[in-house]
Amino acid sequence: MGQGSVRGGMHDVAVIGAGVVGCAIARRFALEGARVVILEKAADILDGASKGNSAILHTGFDAPPGSLEAACIAEGYREYLAIRARLGLPLVETGALVIAWTEDEEAALPGLIARARANGVDDVAPLSRAEILALEPQLSPALRAGFRIPREHVIDPWSAPLAYLSQAIAHGAELRRGTALLGGDFDGAAWQLRTSQGPLRAGLVIAAAGLHGDLVDRQLVGGADFTIRPRKGQFVVFDKTAAGLVGHIILPVPTAVSKGVVLCRTAFGNLLVGPTAEDQQDREVAPLDRATLVALRRRGEEILPALAGHDVTAIYAGLRPATEHKDYRIRFDAARRYVSVGGIRSTGLSAALGIAGHVLRLVQGGGLAWTAPETIRWPRVPNISETAPRDWQLPGNGGIVCHCERVTRREIEAALDGPLAARSLAGLKRRTRVTMGRCQGFYCTAALAEITRGRLACPIAEVPDDG
Amino acid sequence: MAELPDRAEVVIVGAGPAGLSAAAELGARGIRGVVVLEREPVAGGVPRHCGHSPFGLREFRRPMFGPAYARALAARAVAAGARLFTRVTVTALLPGPRLQLSTPDGTGEIAARAVLLATGARESSRAERLIGGTRPAGVLTTGALQALVYGAGQRPFRRPVILGTELVSFSAVLTCRHGGIRPVAMVEPGSRITARAPAALLPRLLGIALLTGTDVEAVLGRDRVEAVALRGPGGARSLPADGLVVTGRFRPEASLVRASHLVHDRATGGPEIDECGRCSDPAFFAAGNGLRPVETAGWCWAEGRAVARAIAADLRGGGPARTAERIAVAGDAIRYVLPQRVGAGGETAFRHFQLRLGRPFRGTLTVTAGGRVVARRRVDSLPERRLLLPVPDRAGATVIAAEEAGP
Repeated sequence: MGQGSVRGGMHDVAVIGAGVVGCAIARRFALEGARVVILEKAADILDGASKGNSAILHTGFDAPPGSLEAACIAEGYREYLAIRARLGLPLVETGALVIAWTEDEEAALPGLIARARANGVDDVAPLSRAEILALEPQLSPALRAGFRIPREHVIDPWSAPLAYLSQAIAHGAELRRGTALLGGDFDGAAWQLRTSQGPLRAGLVIAAAGLHGDLVDRQLVGGADFTIRPRKGQFVVFDKTAAGLVGHIILPVPTAVSKGVVLCRTAFGNLLVGPTAEDQQDREVAPLDRATLVALRRRGEEILPALAGHDVTAIYAGLRPATEHKDYRIRFDAARRYVSVGGIRSTGLSAALGIAGHVLRLVQGGGLAWTAPETIRWPRVPNISETAPRDWQLPGNGGIVCHCERVTRREIEAALDGPLAARSLAGLKRRTRVTMGRCQGFYCTAALAEITRGRLACPIAEVPDDG
Repeated sequence: MAELPDRAEVVIVGAGPAGLSAAAELGARGIRGVVVLEREPVAGGVPRHCGHSPFGLREFRRPMFGPAYARALAARAVAAGARLFTRVTVTALLPGPRLQLSTPDGTGEIAARAVLLATGARESSRAERLIGGTRPAGVLTTGALQALVYGAGQRPFRRPVILGTELVSFSAVLTCRHGGIRPVAMVEPGSRITARAPAALLPRLLGIALLTGTDVEAVLGRDRVEAVALRGPGGARSLPADGLVVTGRFRPEASLVRASHLVHDRATGGPEIDECGRCSDPAFFAAGNGLRPVETAGWCWAEGRAVARAIAADLRGGGPARTAERIAVAGDAIRYVLPQRVGAGGETAFRHFQLRLGRPFRGTLTVTAGGRVVARRRVDSLPERRLLLPVPDRAGATVIAAEEAGP
């Protein structure tokens, strides 16, 4: 690892952006034997669109049939299932129920079922109101009908990309965080990229810049065939006490704009309600709005009346890199050795591995190839989901620091170490779940400030000069 | 650390004022084999981070700072024969009673004849209050602020806004002062300060703006808090600040109870108990702020001691004579009543019902037992004030009613 390993100071592939898509692409190319460098402008990975989503592994049942999105979701879904155990990634086999609450929505169900079958999701089963209530007795009896998609599952949205990137790094990829792209030129043989941390050369550039995708395209190839229109999604997360209220992912009948408000368990044993779909200009900041949060909470209680007695433990918002197009925008400019991966709007977590495969095939079609390593390494990420034993159940854990999420000192110290060490509190939270629980730091902030002292770009607290 | 036993006479969950006073009292009553389990590295509970308030007047007959008070409580429990284990987390409550544990060495289990839950309370987080805006560093509860300032000698911000005017909110003001932090304003959604005088005089003394009828709508700033969006009598405005302290609105730390076989009361947020402090499984008892939000350390200390006496009596006498009956509550002004059940027999730990009102109320509160009024009290009260009514010693269905006075 490191620049020293790069022959002639030249990388084969520079991936712009360490979101879930960039991490999956870096992995794919590193496994092919390419010398990969990943550039991330933020202090830590997963700091843009990938930091806030609904953590569902979609089958793609409702994607437009024949679309690139549908194909990438299907391929990504298959590959996730194939590799997840070797990388230590969880799978909560919840299944999903699409529920119609109005007459109009009920009328839309047969079309959705037909679309699911057209997408190869052929195990969907229409259900009556009584059948749904038998499956999920806590759902509001106001529902009308629906159907079940057995293979929609819940995963850990942060450990998955972390695992992809860890595997890339295990195969020689180099991560450069805090490294913003300033510009670049293709000289006919290679890219000369200018970054905030100095220049670098790469034979191929793959832009997976999410919310900045069109800007990066314009910066490097002088134009983009899409415009990012950030779409905010706000979420409300309920306490672990609520997770037992429902087993399935509860999906609404989707609209043209959005998949709608979902209610589902998380891999960490909570229950989330969201997202909203709100267009905004800002690509960085997704402010929460109290009235919207109150409405989300109310919507959750309408779907699942027993939620009324449960606490909200967290609130967050994500930004989807939507564009003026319905489908993904993935384009390979063979002459300029440039791949633009744009408009990966809300299905990026499910599709990332499939997108990576698609990009690889595009590039291979253009004649690029490397020599794959003989043996593939499978570094496992620490388990932070409730589907497998956690560190607090094991000896030598150093004691629990975050009581609500039962995060141990050993887990926190491990996340602050190594090539993928957390550089921000947000990054540490995503790796360990520390302070993500019901007390939101009431009990553990001080201990955490001690453990992380000098390790984070933006410390939790300072030690006053005056003592 | 001494080896954690797998059996004890009484296991106390939580080494705050309630748990430690119960441990000392059980020892004084001749109960041997008392084990106190504390998940933090240091015993003492919330007071160990309170570097200011007067503690210990009732317990030690002298004013003490929080950390010294916490140490004295722990020392007294140990002197009475209790074995205190820190960094031990109870992960599940099981019938038996048995407790599942996590320690630095992995998981374990301990069985007991009786269990006392003394898990305390925590403040509502920014998320629970659904405060909008961004999620930068610098939004803390009082508890986190105190642990940082008093416990770790750190300073998370310099010019924060303080949300809330409960007693603990003024504790946050004092903590700021201790840490060289100067709050910009105290903000109270209600029309009046929640805490009683003299704490309420503090902001004026310290020159801190007090904004009543004002709520925090949103937090602004990307990495650090840059301002706090307020909505008050004058409309919406943004107040520059580098932090937000979200104070009060305590809730019992009852996640273990909610995940267990014990009956949980949504109104108090804690386990349901009878007048002896017994939970729905009579081998489990509860005392302190794990029962309801929220009383002082001294109150919790007294409650722990009283419930310890009930536990000692049960261990000698074999437990409750009867099944306690759930009391009925009439009138929507009453937010909660504790204890929730009466009439089981045994050594009474709760001689009074503890009531809180959910809204301002002027009228009469009555306690009826077996069809006869046994207590009547005129009340003109703001919400959040503790009200006490006698627990009847006669048998029969108990009703607590709030009847509004005429206009």
